[in-house]
Amino acid sequence: MTAAATPASSGSGYLYYRHTLPVRIMHWINVIALTCLFMSGLQIFNAHPALNFGKSSYDGTPPTLEIGAREGANGQVIGVTRIFGKEFDTTGFLGAMRVDGQVVHSTFPPWMMLPGPQWLSMARSWHFFFAWIFVINGLLFILYAILSRHLSRDLAPTRDDLRGIGASIREHLRFKHASGEAAKRYNVLQKLAYLIVIFGLLPFVVLMGFAMSPWLDAVLAGWVDFVGGRQSARSLHFIIAWLLVAFVAIHVFQVIVTGLWNNLRSMITGRYRVSAKGAS
Amino acid sequence: MTKTFRLQRRLPRRHFLARATAATSALWLTGCDQLSRTEWFPRILNSVEPLNQAAAKLVGRRAMAQEFAESDKSPTFRSNGSDDPGTPQYEAWVANGFSDYALIVGGLVAAPRKFSLDELRALPSRTQITRHDCVEGWSAIGKWKGAKMSALIDIVKPKPEARFVMFYCADPMSMDGRDLYYESIDMDDAMHPQTILAYDLNDAALPVPNGAPIRLRVERQLGYKHAKFVTSIEFVESFDKIAGGKGGYWEDQGYQWFAGI
Repeated sequence: MTAAATPASSGSGYLYYRHTLPVRIMHWINVIALTCLFMSGLQIFNAHPALNFGKSSYDGTPPTLEIGAREGANGQVIGVTRIFGKEFDTTGFLGAMRVDGQVVHSTFPPWMMLPGPQWLSMARSWHFFFAWIFVINGLLFILYAILSRHLSRDLAPTRDDLRGIGASIREHLRFKHASGEAAKRYNVLQKLAYLIVIFGLLPFVVLMGFAMSPWLDAVLAGWVDFVGGRQSARSLHFIIAWLLVAFVAIHVFQVIVTGLWNNLRSMITGRYRVSAKGAS
Repeated sequence: MTKTFRLQRRLPRRHFLARATAATSALWLTGCDQLSRTEWFPRILNSVEPLNQAAAKLVGRRAMAQEFAESDKSPTFRSNGSDDPGTPQYEAWVANGFSDYALIVGGLVAAPRKFSLDELRALPSRTQITRHDCVEGWSAIGKWKGAKMSALIDIVKPKPEARFVMFYCADPMSMDGRDLYYESIDMDDAMHPQTILAYDLNDAALPVPNGAPIRLRVERQLGYKHAKFVTSIEFVESFDKIAGGKGGYWEDQGYQWFAGI
Protein backbone atom coordinates (compact mmCIF):
# COMPACT_ATOMS: atom_id res chain seq x y z
CA MET A 1 0.00 0.00 0.00
CA THR A 2 1.04 3.58 -0.32
CA ALA A 3 1.12 5.53 2.86
CA ALA A 4 -1.89 7.76 2.42
CA ALA A 5 -4.17 5.54 0.35
CA THR A 6 -5.94 3.46 2.99
CA PRO A 7 -7.55 5.17 5.92
CA ALA A 8 -5.71 3.54 8.76
CA SER A 9 -8.71 3.38 11.03
CA SER A 10 -10.59 1.05 8.74
CA GLY A 11 -9.50 -2.12 7.04
CA SER A 12 -7.99 -5.35 8.11
CA GLY A 13 -5.11 -6.26 10.32
CA TYR A 14 -4.90 -6.16 14.08
CA LEU A 15 -4.29 -3.70 16.89
CA TYR A 16 -0.80 -3.80 18.30
CA TYR A 17 0.02 -2.34 21.73
CA ARG A 18 2.71 0.10 20.66
CA HIS A 19 3.17 2.75 23.36
CA THR A 20 3.04 1.99 27.08
CA LEU A 21 1.03 4.25 29.37
CA PRO A 22 4.07 6.01 30.93
CA VAL A 23 5.47 6.81 27.47
CA ARG A 24 2.11 8.21 26.35
CA ILE A 25 1.70 10.37 29.45
CA MET A 26 5.26 11.65 29.31
CA HIS A 27 4.95 12.33 25.57
CA TRP A 28 1.95 14.62 26.04
CA ILE A 29 3.42 16.35 29.09
CA ASN A 30 6.46 17.01 26.94
CA VAL A 31 4.30 18.44 24.15
CA ILE A 32 2.71 20.92 26.55
CA ALA A 33 5.97 21.80 28.33
CA LEU A 34 7.99 22.32 25.14
CA THR A 35 5.21 24.39 23.55
CA CYS A 36 5.03 26.68 26.58
CA LEU A 37 8.81 26.84 26.84
CA PHE A 38 9.21 27.76 23.17
CA MET A 39 6.48 30.39 23.12
CA SER A 40 7.49 32.02 26.43
CA GLY A 41 11.11 31.83 25.26
CA LEU A 42 10.23 33.92 22.21
CA GLN A 43 8.59 36.49 24.50
CA ILE A 44 11.75 36.56 26.65
CA PHE A 45 13.89 36.97 23.50
CA ASN A 46 11.57 39.84 22.54
CA ALA A 47 12.99 41.87 25.48
CA HIS A 48 16.37 41.96 23.75
CA PRO A 49 15.91 40.73 20.18
CA ALA A 50 19.58 40.39 19.32
CA LEU A 51 22.09 37.54 19.33
CA ASN A 52 25.77 37.89 20.09
CA PHE A 53 28.55 35.36 20.32
CA GLY A 54 31.16 35.89 23.02
CA LYS A 55 31.52 36.61 26.70
CA SER A 56 29.18 39.61 26.71
CA SER A 57 26.79 41.49 24.40
CA TYR A 58 29.09 44.48 24.30
CA ASP A 59 32.53 43.32 23.27
CA GLY A 60 33.00 45.69 20.34
CA THR A 61 31.44 43.40 17.74
CA PRO A 62 27.91 43.98 16.42
CA PRO A 63 25.17 41.38 16.98
CA THR A 64 25.08 38.46 14.55
CA LEU A 65 21.29 38.68 14.38
CA GLU A 66 19.09 41.60 15.27
CA ILE A 67 15.35 41.99 14.80
CA GLY A 68 13.96 45.49 15.13
CA ALA A 69 11.75 48.12 13.61
CA ARG A 70 12.20 51.62 12.25
CA GLU A 71 9.97 54.33 10.91
CA GLY A 72 9.58 54.63 7.15
CA ALA A 73 9.34 57.86 5.11
CA ASN A 74 5.55 58.02 5.54
CA GLY A 75 5.64 57.27 9.24
CA GLN A 76 4.82 53.59 8.72
CA VAL A 77 6.53 50.94 10.84
CA ILE A 78 9.06 48.79 8.97
CA GLY A 79 10.32 45.48 10.36
CA VAL A 80 14.08 45.19 9.95
CA THR A 81 16.12 42.04 10.41
CA ARG A 82 19.89 42.30 10.33
CA ILE A 83 21.85 39.10 9.99
CA PHE A 84 25.64 38.91 9.48
CA GLY A 85 25.60 42.66 8.78
CA LYS A 86 22.99 42.36 5.99
CA GLU A 87 19.70 44.13 6.40
CA PHE A 88 16.34 42.77 5.25
CA ASP A 89 12.85 44.24 5.26
CA THR A 90 10.84 41.63 7.17
CA THR A 91 7.65 43.62 7.73
CA GLY A 92 4.79 41.20 8.23
CA PHE A 93 6.55 38.45 10.11
CA LEU A 94 9.64 39.79 11.97
CA GLY A 95 10.11 43.16 13.67
CA ALA A 96 6.80 44.66 12.58
CA MET A 97 3.51 43.06 11.65
CA ARG A 98 -0.21 43.61 11.41
CA VAL A 99 -1.93 43.22 14.77
CA ASP A 100 -5.64 44.07 14.99
CA GLY A 101 -5.52 45.82 11.62
CA GLN A 102 -2.49 47.97 12.41
CA VAL A 103 1.20 47.44 11.69
CA VAL A 104 3.02 47.58 15.01
CA HIS A 105 6.49 46.82 16.37
CA SER A 106 6.81 43.24 17.63
CA THR A 107 9.76 40.89 17.29
CA PHE A 108 7.59 37.87 16.45
CA PRO A 109 3.87 37.69 15.67
CA PRO A 110 2.05 37.86 19.05
CA TRP A 111 0.35 34.50 18.35
CA MET A 112 3.76 32.84 18.54
CA MET A 113 4.58 34.30 21.94
CA LEU A 114 3.43 33.59 25.47
CA PRO A 115 2.08 35.96 26.64
CA GLY A 116 1.26 37.53 23.27
CA PRO A 117 1.86 41.19 24.12
CA GLN A 118 5.20 42.32 25.58
CA TRP A 119 5.39 41.03 29.16
CA LEU A 120 8.83 39.82 30.19
CA SER A 121 8.17 38.98 33.84
CA MET A 122 5.14 36.83 33.02
CA ALA A 123 7.03 35.08 30.21
CA ARG A 124 9.79 34.26 32.69
CA SER A 125 7.23 32.84 35.13
CA TRP A 126 5.84 30.55 32.40
CA HIS A 127 9.33 29.60 31.24
CA PHE A 128 10.73 28.57 34.62
CA PHE A 129 7.59 26.71 35.66
CA PHE A 130 7.55 24.61 32.50
CA ALA A 131 11.33 24.24 32.65
CA TRP A 132 10.89 22.28 35.90
CA ILE A 133 8.05 20.22 34.39
CA PHE A 134 10.14 19.53 31.29
CA VAL A 135 13.32 18.56 33.16
CA ILE A 136 11.55 16.32 35.70
CA ASN A 137 9.49 14.70 32.93
CA GLY A 138 12.62 14.24 30.81
CA LEU A 139 14.59 12.64 33.63
CA LEU A 140 11.69 10.31 34.44
CA PHE A 141 11.46 9.35 30.77
CA ILE A 142 15.15 8.50 30.56
CA LEU A 143 14.93 6.50 33.79
CA TYR A 144 11.83 4.67 32.50
CA ALA A 145 13.36 4.11 29.07
CA ILE A 146 16.39 2.45 30.62
CA LEU A 147 14.54 0.36 33.24
CA SER A 148 11.72 -0.78 30.94
CA ARG A 149 14.25 -1.51 28.18
CA HIS A 150 12.34 0.86 25.87
CA LEU A 151 15.75 2.40 25.14
CA SER A 152 17.60 -0.80 24.33
CA ARG A 153 14.68 -2.56 22.64
CA ASP A 154 12.97 0.19 20.65
CA LEU A 155 15.33 3.16 20.38
CA ALA A 156 18.86 1.80 20.10
CA PRO A 157 19.69 1.02 16.46
CA THR A 158 20.76 -2.56 15.80
CA ARG A 159 23.76 -3.43 13.68
CA ASP A 160 21.38 -4.33 10.83
CA ASP A 161 19.70 -0.96 11.25
CA LEU A 162 22.99 0.87 10.88
CA ARG A 163 23.93 -1.16 7.82
CA GLY A 164 20.62 -0.15 6.29
CA ILE A 165 21.02 3.61 6.75
CA GLY A 166 21.60 4.21 3.03
CA ALA A 167 18.49 2.27 2.07
CA SER A 168 16.47 4.03 4.75
CA ILE A 169 17.54 7.45 3.49
CA ARG A 170 16.48 6.48 -0.04
CA GLU A 171 13.10 5.26 1.23
CA HIS A 172 12.52 8.48 3.16
CA LEU A 173 13.41 10.58 0.13
CA ARG A 174 10.80 8.70 -1.89
CA PHE A 175 8.27 9.07 0.98
CA LYS A 176 8.03 5.28 1.16
CA HIS A 177 7.02 4.09 4.58
CA ALA A 178 7.11 0.77 6.30
CA SER A 179 3.81 -1.07 6.58
CA GLY A 180 2.60 -4.34 8.03
CA GLU A 181 4.88 -5.99 10.56
CA ALA A 182 7.77 -3.65 9.68
CA ALA A 183 5.75 -0.63 10.88
CA LYS A 184 5.83 -1.98 14.42
CA ARG A 185 9.46 -1.00 14.78
CA TYR A 186 11.04 2.42 14.46
CA ASN A 187 13.20 2.72 11.35
CA VAL A 188 16.85 3.60 11.72
CA LEU A 189 16.54 7.29 10.80
CA GLN A 190 13.65 7.60 13.22
CA LYS A 191 15.70 5.97 15.98
CA LEU A 192 18.67 8.23 15.32
CA ALA A 193 16.47 11.33 15.21
CA TYR A 194 14.87 10.43 18.55
CA LEU A 195 18.24 9.65 20.14
CA ILE A 196 19.81 12.90 18.88
CA VAL A 197 16.85 14.88 20.26
CA ILE A 198 16.59 12.99 23.58
CA PHE A 199 20.29 12.78 24.40
CA GLY A 200 21.68 15.67 22.34
CA LEU A 201 19.49 18.67 21.64
CA LEU A 202 17.28 18.56 24.73
CA PRO A 203 20.03 18.20 27.36
CA PHE A 204 22.09 20.80 25.50
CA VAL A 205 19.27 23.33 25.36
CA VAL A 206 18.83 22.88 29.13
CA LEU A 207 22.57 23.31 29.69
CA MET A 208 22.57 26.50 27.62
CA GLY A 209 19.64 27.69 29.74
CA PHE A 210 21.71 27.04 32.87
CA ALA A 211 24.58 28.94 31.24
CA MET A 212 22.44 32.07 31.08
CA SER A 213 21.93 32.02 34.85
CA PRO A 214 24.49 34.24 36.59
CA TRP A 215 24.18 32.06 39.70
CA LEU A 216 24.74 28.74 37.94
CA ASP A 217 27.63 30.26 35.99
CA ALA A 218 29.35 30.88 39.31
CA VAL A 219 29.08 27.26 40.47
CA LEU A 220 32.18 26.49 38.42
CA ALA A 221 33.38 29.94 37.41
CA GLY A 222 34.17 30.12 33.71
CA TRP A 223 32.47 26.88 32.61
CA VAL A 224 30.34 28.78 30.09
CA ASP A 225 33.50 29.62 28.17
CA PHE A 226 33.41 26.12 26.67
CA VAL A 227 30.86 27.45 24.20
CA GLY A 228 32.55 30.84 23.95
CA GLY A 229 30.85 32.63 26.82
CA ARG A 230 27.46 33.52 28.21
CA GLN A 231 26.17 35.38 25.16
CA SER A 232 27.20 32.46 22.94
CA ALA A 233 25.19 30.23 25.27
CA ARG A 234 22.14 32.48 24.87
CA SER A 235 22.47 32.37 21.08
CA LEU A 236 22.86 28.58 21.11
CA HIS A 237 19.81 28.24 23.38
CA PHE A 238 17.82 30.18 20.76
CA ILE A 239 19.21 28.23 17.80
CA ILE A 240 18.58 24.82 19.41
CA ALA A 241 15.02 25.90 20.23
CA TRP A 242 14.42 26.41 16.51
CA LEU A 243 16.15 23.11 15.67
CA LEU A 244 13.64 21.47 18.02
CA VAL A 245 10.84 23.22 16.12
CA ALA A 246 12.30 21.79 12.92
CA PHE A 247 12.31 18.33 14.51
CA VAL A 248 8.69 18.72 15.60
CA ALA A 249 7.72 19.88 12.09
CA ILE A 250 9.28 16.78 10.52
CA HIS A 251 7.87 14.56 13.27
CA VAL A 252 4.33 15.87 12.76
CA PHE A 253 4.73 15.61 8.98
CA GLN A 254 5.71 11.95 9.34
CA VAL A 255 2.83 11.33 11.72
CA ILE A 256 0.42 12.73 9.14
CA VAL A 257 1.77 10.95 6.07
CA THR A 258 2.10 7.55 7.78
CA GLY A 259 -1.50 7.62 8.98
CA LEU A 260 -2.58 10.47 11.23
CA TRP A 261 -5.41 8.70 13.07
CA ASN A 262 -3.56 5.45 13.54
CA ASN A 263 -0.47 7.23 14.90
CA LEU A 264 -2.48 9.58 17.04
CA ARG A 265 -4.50 6.72 18.50
CA SER A 266 -1.33 4.81 19.29
CA MET A 267 -0.08 7.78 21.32
CA ILE A 268 -3.45 8.10 23.10
CA THR A 269 -4.74 4.56 23.67
CA GLY A 270 -1.47 2.82 22.90
CA ARG A 271 -3.01 0.71 20.10
CA TYR A 272 -1.59 0.85 16.61
CA ARG A 273 -3.28 -0.92 13.70
CA VAL A 274 -0.93 -3.17 11.82
CA SER A 275 -2.22 -3.77 8.31
CA ALA A 276 -2.58 -7.40 7.28
CA LYS A 277 -1.00 -6.91 3.89
CA GLY A 278 2.76 -6.91 3.64
CA ALA A 279 4.96 -4.11 2.43
CA SER A 280 3.92 -2.18 -0.68
CA MET B 1 -16.82 2.81 -1.78
CA THR B 2 -16.78 4.88 -4.96
CA LYS B 3 -14.17 7.46 -5.71
CA THR B 4 -16.62 10.37 -5.52
CA PHE B 5 -17.96 9.19 -2.24
CA ARG B 6 -14.49 9.07 -0.80
CA LEU B 7 -13.73 12.60 -1.97
CA GLN B 8 -16.93 13.89 -0.43
CA ARG B 9 -16.11 12.22 2.82
CA ARG B 10 -12.61 13.56 2.87
CA LEU B 11 -13.10 17.19 2.04
CA PRO B 12 -15.29 18.01 5.04
CA ARG B 13 -12.89 16.11 7.18
CA ARG B 14 -10.04 18.31 5.97
CA HIS B 15 -12.11 21.43 6.57
CA PHE B 16 -12.98 20.12 9.97
CA LEU B 17 -9.32 19.52 10.73
CA ALA B 18 -8.27 22.98 9.63
CA ARG B 19 -11.08 24.57 11.60
CA ALA B 20 -10.37 22.46 14.65
CA THR B 21 -6.68 23.41 14.51
CA ALA B 22 -7.48 27.11 14.15
CA ALA B 23 -10.04 26.97 16.94
CA THR B 24 -7.72 25.04 19.25
CA SER B 25 -4.83 27.43 18.74
CA ALA B 26 -7.06 30.49 19.17
CA LEU B 27 -8.54 29.00 22.33
CA TRP B 28 -5.09 28.04 23.57
CA LEU B 29 -3.69 31.54 22.96
CA THR B 30 -6.49 33.59 24.45
CA GLY B 31 -6.67 30.99 27.19
CA CYS B 32 -3.01 31.40 28.08
CA ASP B 33 -3.19 35.18 27.99
CA GLN B 34 -6.30 35.14 30.15
CA LEU B 35 -4.65 32.74 32.58
CA SER B 36 -1.73 35.17 32.87
CA ARG B 37 -4.17 37.88 33.97
CA THR B 38 -5.84 35.85 36.69
CA GLU B 39 -4.66 36.02 40.27
CA TRP B 40 -4.38 32.29 40.86
CA PHE B 41 -2.56 31.05 37.78
CA PRO B 42 0.63 33.15 38.06
CA ARG B 43 0.74 32.00 41.68
CA ILE B 44 0.95 28.40 40.42
CA LEU B 45 3.63 29.40 37.91
CA ASN B 46 5.60 31.21 40.61
CA SER B 47 5.33 28.27 42.99
CA VAL B 48 8.65 27.06 41.52
CA GLU B 49 10.46 30.17 42.71
CA PRO B 50 11.42 28.65 46.10
CA LEU B 51 12.61 25.60 44.13
CA ASN B 52 14.83 27.81 41.95
CA GLN B 53 16.27 29.41 45.03
CA ALA B 54 16.74 26.17 46.95
CA ALA B 55 18.44 24.53 43.97
CA ALA B 56 20.72 27.53 43.54
CA LYS B 57 21.68 27.59 47.23
CA LEU B 58 22.27 23.86 47.12
CA VAL B 59 24.75 23.93 44.25
CA GLY B 60 26.65 27.13 44.95
CA ARG B 61 25.91 28.97 48.12
CA ARG B 62 29.41 30.39 48.41
CA ALA B 63 30.48 30.11 44.78
CA MET B 64 32.37 33.03 43.29
CA ALA B 65 31.20 34.68 40.08
CA GLN B 66 33.52 34.49 37.10
CA GLU B 67 36.00 37.36 36.88
CA PHE B 68 37.40 38.57 33.59
CA ALA B 69 40.51 40.09 32.05
CA GLU B 70 40.90 43.80 31.28
CA SER B 71 40.63 42.90 27.59
CA ASP B 72 37.13 41.46 28.10
CA LYS B 73 35.68 44.78 29.31
CA SER B 74 32.86 46.31 27.28
CA PRO B 75 33.98 49.48 25.46
CA THR B 76 31.23 51.43 27.21
CA PHE B 77 29.21 50.11 30.11
CA ARG B 78 25.56 50.30 29.14
CA SER B 79 23.19 52.12 31.44
CA ASN B 80 19.66 50.79 31.82
CA GLY B 81 16.66 51.90 33.86
CA SER B 82 17.10 55.33 35.45
CA ASP B 83 19.90 57.35 33.86
CA ASP B 84 19.57 60.25 36.27
CA PRO B 85 17.34 60.53 39.34
CA GLY B 86 16.84 64.24 38.53
CA THR B 87 15.46 65.16 41.96
CA PRO B 88 16.49 68.51 43.57
CA GLN B 89 18.42 66.67 46.29
CA TYR B 90 20.28 64.56 43.73
CA GLU B 91 21.05 67.57 41.51
CA ALA B 92 22.52 69.31 44.56
CA TRP B 93 24.71 66.28 45.29
CA VAL B 94 25.97 66.17 41.70
CA ALA B 95 26.68 69.94 41.83
CA ASN B 96 28.98 69.58 44.83
CA GLY B 97 30.55 66.29 43.78
CA PHE B 98 28.64 64.27 46.41
CA SER B 99 30.67 66.02 49.15
CA ASP B 100 27.63 66.25 51.45
CA TYR B 101 26.21 62.88 50.44
CA ALA B 102 25.92 60.37 53.26
CA LEU B 103 24.80 56.77 53.18
CA ILE B 104 22.42 56.14 56.07
CA VAL B 105 22.66 52.64 57.56
CA GLY B 106 20.11 51.52 60.12
CA GLY B 107 17.34 49.09 60.95
CA LEU B 108 18.07 45.95 62.98
CA VAL B 109 21.68 46.87 63.78
CA ALA B 110 23.56 47.49 67.01
CA ALA B 111 25.40 50.54 65.67
CA PRO B 112 23.41 52.56 63.14
CA ARG B 113 25.41 55.33 61.47
CA LYS B 114 26.09 57.43 58.39
CA PHE B 115 28.96 57.03 55.96
CA SER B 116 30.28 59.87 53.83
CA LEU B 117 31.69 58.94 50.44
CA ASP B 118 35.22 59.36 51.81
CA GLU B 119 34.41 57.06 54.72
CA LEU B 120 33.06 54.45 52.32
CA ARG B 121 36.22 54.77 50.23
CA ALA B 122 38.28 54.16 53.37
CA LEU B 123 36.57 50.81 54.10
CA PRO B 124 38.23 47.55 53.00
CA SER B 125 37.56 47.34 49.27
CA ARG B 126 37.46 44.86 46.46
CA THR B 127 38.12 45.35 42.74
CA GLN B 128 36.51 42.90 40.32
CA ILE B 129 35.94 42.64 36.57
CA THR B 130 32.57 40.96 36.28
CA ARG B 131 29.74 40.41 33.84
CA HIS B 132 26.46 42.21 34.38
CA ASP B 133 23.53 40.12 33.14
CA CYS B 134 20.36 42.07 32.46
CA VAL B 135 17.01 40.31 32.81
CA GLU B 136 16.33 41.42 29.23
CA GLY B 137 19.06 39.11 27.97
CA TRP B 138 22.05 41.35 27.28
CA SER B 139 25.27 41.47 29.27
CA ALA B 140 28.22 43.82 29.68
CA ILE B 141 31.59 43.44 31.39
CA GLY B 142 32.95 46.16 33.66
CA LYS B 143 35.57 46.71 36.34
CA TRP B 144 34.09 47.64 39.69
CA LYS B 145 35.74 48.88 42.86
CA GLY B 146 33.80 49.32 46.06
CA ALA B 147 33.53 48.91 49.81
CA LYS B 148 32.98 45.32 50.83
CA MET B 149 29.48 44.90 52.17
CA SER B 150 30.90 42.49 54.77
CA ALA B 151 33.18 45.28 56.07
CA LEU B 152 30.20 47.59 56.49
CA ILE B 153 28.35 44.78 58.26
CA ASP B 154 31.27 44.38 60.69
CA ILE B 155 30.89 48.04 61.65
CA VAL B 156 27.10 48.32 62.05
CA LYS B 157 26.70 44.84 63.62
CA PRO B 158 23.29 43.51 62.48
CA LYS B 159 21.14 41.92 65.17
CA PRO B 160 20.51 38.15 64.95
CA GLU B 161 16.95 38.69 63.72
CA ALA B 162 18.12 40.66 60.65
CA ARG B 163 17.44 38.46 57.60
CA PHE B 164 17.43 40.89 54.70
CA VAL B 165 19.26 44.04 53.68
CA MET B 166 17.16 46.73 52.00
CA PHE B 167 18.71 49.24 49.61
CA TYR B 168 16.77 52.47 49.10
CA CYS B 169 17.67 54.62 46.12
CA ALA B 170 17.45 58.21 44.93
CA ASP B 171 15.71 57.50 41.60
CA PRO B 172 11.93 57.87 41.40
CA MET B 173 10.31 55.32 39.11
CA SER B 174 7.13 57.28 38.39
CA MET B 175 6.71 60.61 36.62
CA ASP B 176 5.39 62.36 39.73
CA GLY B 177 8.68 61.73 41.57
CA ARG B 178 7.34 58.91 43.72
CA ASP B 179 8.05 55.16 43.87
CA LEU B 180 11.73 55.39 44.72
CA TYR B 181 13.67 52.39 43.46
CA TYR B 182 14.58 49.84 46.09
CA GLU B 183 15.98 46.34 46.31
CA SER B 184 16.80 43.68 48.87
CA ILE B 185 19.20 40.78 49.30
CA ASP B 186 19.56 38.11 51.97
CA MET B 187 22.40 37.90 54.51
CA ASP B 188 24.19 35.19 52.49
CA ASP B 189 24.51 37.55 49.56
CA ALA B 190 25.31 40.51 51.82
CA MET B 191 28.27 38.60 53.31
CA HIS B 192 29.49 37.28 49.94
CA PRO B 193 33.05 38.49 49.19
CA GLN B 194 32.02 39.90 45.78
CA THR B 195 29.12 41.92 47.19
CA ILE B 196 30.35 45.50 47.22
CA LEU B 197 29.06 49.05 47.34
CA ALA B 198 30.73 50.18 44.14
CA TYR B 199 32.03 53.75 43.82
CA ASP B 200 34.34 53.23 40.80
CA LEU B 201 33.58 51.87 37.35
CA ASN B 202 36.46 51.15 34.97
CA ASP B 203 39.01 53.02 37.13
CA ALA B 204 36.98 56.26 37.34
CA ALA B 205 34.39 57.57 39.76
CA LEU B 206 31.03 55.89 39.08
CA PRO B 207 29.24 58.00 36.43
CA VAL B 208 25.69 59.25 37.06
CA PRO B 209 24.01 56.95 34.48
CA ASN B 210 25.59 53.91 36.18
CA GLY B 211 24.39 54.88 39.68
CA ALA B 212 26.64 57.56 41.24
CA PRO B 213 27.77 57.79 43.91
CA ILE B 214 27.06 54.22 45.11
CA ARG B 215 25.66 51.17 43.39
CA LEU B 216 25.25 47.70 44.81
CA ARG B 217 27.11 44.91 43.06
CA VAL B 218 25.56 41.54 43.87
CA GLU B 219 27.28 39.37 41.29
CA ARG B 220 25.45 36.06 40.59
CA GLN B 221 22.13 37.90 40.31
CA LEU B 222 20.51 39.80 37.44
CA GLY B 223 21.02 43.51 36.86
CA TYR B 224 17.86 44.75 38.55
CA LYS B 225 19.18 43.55 41.94
CA HIS B 226 22.18 45.89 41.55
CA ALA B 227 20.50 48.98 43.03
CA LYS B 228 21.89 52.28 41.72
CA PHE B 229 22.00 55.71 43.49
CA VAL B 230 21.83 54.02 46.92
CA THR B 231 21.03 56.52 49.70
CA SER B 232 20.19 54.28 52.63
CA ILE B 233 20.49 50.70 53.81
CA GLU B 234 18.18 49.03 56.30
CA PHE B 235 18.53 45.62 57.95
CA VAL B 236 15.10 44.00 58.36
CA GLU B 237 13.51 40.75 59.42
CA SER B 238 10.94 40.84 56.64
CA PHE B 239 10.07 43.11 53.71
CA ASP B 240 6.37 42.17 53.61
CA LYS B 241 5.31 45.64 54.76
CA ILE B 242 7.77 47.63 52.66
CA ALA B 243 6.35 49.24 49.47
CA GLY B 244 4.65 46.49 47.43
CA GLY B 245 5.90 43.86 49.84
CA LYS B 246 7.88 41.85 47.31
CA GLY B 247 11.34 43.13 48.22
CA GLY B 248 12.10 45.39 45.27
CA TYR B 249 10.67 47.78 42.70
CA TRP B 250 10.71 45.23 39.87
CA GLU B 251 9.67 42.43 42.20
CA ASP B 252 6.55 44.49 42.96
CA GLN B 253 5.92 44.52 39.17
CA GLY B 254 6.04 40.71 39.01
CA TYR B 255 9.74 39.92 38.60
CA GLN B 256 11.34 37.21 40.71
CA TRP B 257 12.95 38.19 44.03
CA PHE B 258 15.60 35.53 43.53
CA ALA B 259 17.26 36.79 40.35
CA GLY B 260 19.98 34.18 40.06
CA ILE B 261 18.33 32.83 36.90
